[in-house]
Amino acid sequence: MTAVQGDVSEHLGAVEEALRDLGLSGHAVAVRRPATLEEVDALIVPGGESTTISKLLHEFDLADGILRRASEGMPLMGTCAGCILLAKEGDAQVRATDTRLLGLMDMAVDRNAYGGQQESFEAALELDEIGTVEGVFIRAPAIRRVWGACRPLGRLDEAIVMARQNHLVALTFHPELSPSTGVHRYFLGLV
Amino acid sequence: MPLELSLEELRFGTDLLKRGFAKMQKGGVIMDVINADQATIAEEAGAVAVMSLERVPADIREAGGVARMADPRRVQEILDAVTIPVMAKTRIGHVLEAQALQSLGVDMVDESEVLTPADPYFHIDKRDFTIPFVCGARSLGEAARRIWEGAAMIRTKGEAGTGNVIEAVRHTHLLNRAISELKALDSEDLRQVAAHYAEGYARLLGDVRESQGHGTAVSKDDVVFGGSTVREIEEGVLEVVLDVRGRQRLPVVNFAAGGLATPADAALMMQMGCDGVFVGSGIFKSDNPAERGRAIVEATTHFDDPALVAKVSEDLGEAMKGLDITQLAPEERMQERGW
Repeated sequence: MTAVQGDVSEHLGAVEEALRDLGLSGHAVAVRRPATLEEVDALIVPGGESTTISKLLHEFDLADGILRRASEGMPLMGTCAGCILLAKEGDAQVRATDTRLLGLMDMAVDRNAYGGQQESFEAALELDEIGTVEGVFIRAPAIRRVWGACRPLGRLDEAIVMARQNHLVALTFHPELSPSTGVHRYFLGLV
Repeated sequence: MPLELSLEELRFGTDLLKRGFAKMQKGGVIMDVINADQATIAEEAGAVAVMSLERVPADIREAGGVARMADPRRVQEILDAVTIPVMAKTRIGHVLEAQALQSLGVDMVDESEVLTPADPYFHIDKRDFTIPFVCGARSLGEAARRIWEGAAMIRTKGEAGTGNVIEAVRHTHLLNRAISELKALDSEDLRQVAAHYAEGYARLLGDVRESQGHGTAVSKDDVVFGGSTVREIEEGVLEVVLDVRGRQRLPVVNFAAGGLATPADAALMMQMGCDGVFVGSGIFKSDNPAERGRAIVEATTHFDDPALVAKVSEDLGEAMKGLDITQLAPEERMQERGW
């Protein structure tokens, strides 16, 4: 888990729970330094503020390591803010804030696509390969478009809420905040 | 244009969404700003959110008089200027200011002792709102009351506008120690703690009865606040206390606030177990707000790396001058506002 900012401990808890559910050994660690990044088998970029996380990933020299490990096939999941950072294209808001995207997935993402916190919502989602999960959307982005090797795994109306490109997974909601570990188990299945 | 959702099965304003929003701020720095320019500087410095208010606390102290919600036009300009969440302060108990801020579209309301309290008896019933609230607390009792009322985030009160971290440290010690004390208490003790914490809700009815010559006695079945009886409030507060006891921390995000002025102050509060920090006057009352803001953000992230905290603290220029808390008259202490 990149632990520069955001709801890191919730994700760490969800990963530990998913590992137990799957009967796997292993544990979740917080990654703040490049050296720790070399030791992990998979990485999650959690929710938080994408502007802040993007700045800190670069200031703490984590961005280059993430790009290299991902190109070597390390499974990588981005949720909410993390989803924005995985995208190749961001909307006007992303450009206006000089957010530096990691640009790993063939998708275009809009930041705060539904509005502010008043428009945050919960909704049941039907996801390919996973099933029904409770989606918690907080000032959520939306995946507007995918192309190339990227394919959608779920939608809510016109927006894509989850997408996968080989070993890369992006979600616009927060699986770490709902009780089900389905999404985390799915991601661990890629390791 | 925001996406419109046609689905009916959506739920808005749930506790999960309110508390979840606060969780996204963890590990971050929330900066006080009074206009769009400052908000932009804060966003560029790496703030996770900005707190919009009419004047920073140090200037509120200086100006005196009644401090109120910021001018809605200012708040709107800040909302338009940044993409990170915008919070805004309402006076303690001022339901209308909070409703107005919600209607403007702010992401979170701070029911704040930095402004002049509007209600001598009650804090806002925050369960009635769609957007989440953050509230100050000096102790576990205050935190438990605010959480029962629906707060999605707690912060220390500290002593705002002083540039002096001692009160934020005091409140964090008091909270942390009270939480660990809960472990030693049995269920009857805990029930008594909850009843003690809930006493203040009966104050209005007690005052009224006394004024009518009936003494101050209030029964457990009297409705005293937000449609709830004393008994129901005690049960609710007990639930919060039991939750805290089980987790050995607050069930909501807990930030440090009130008097933080340097990167080392921020790192200190993180080492004491806070989830993030608010910096008020400390940034825009200093010589170099952009640099200081960035340094505080870095120190907050790397609070466990003293060498880095030392490095980012270099050459920041003058911090705000600051005040000795013991020189403040009791009525000048903002932390005494609210209960």
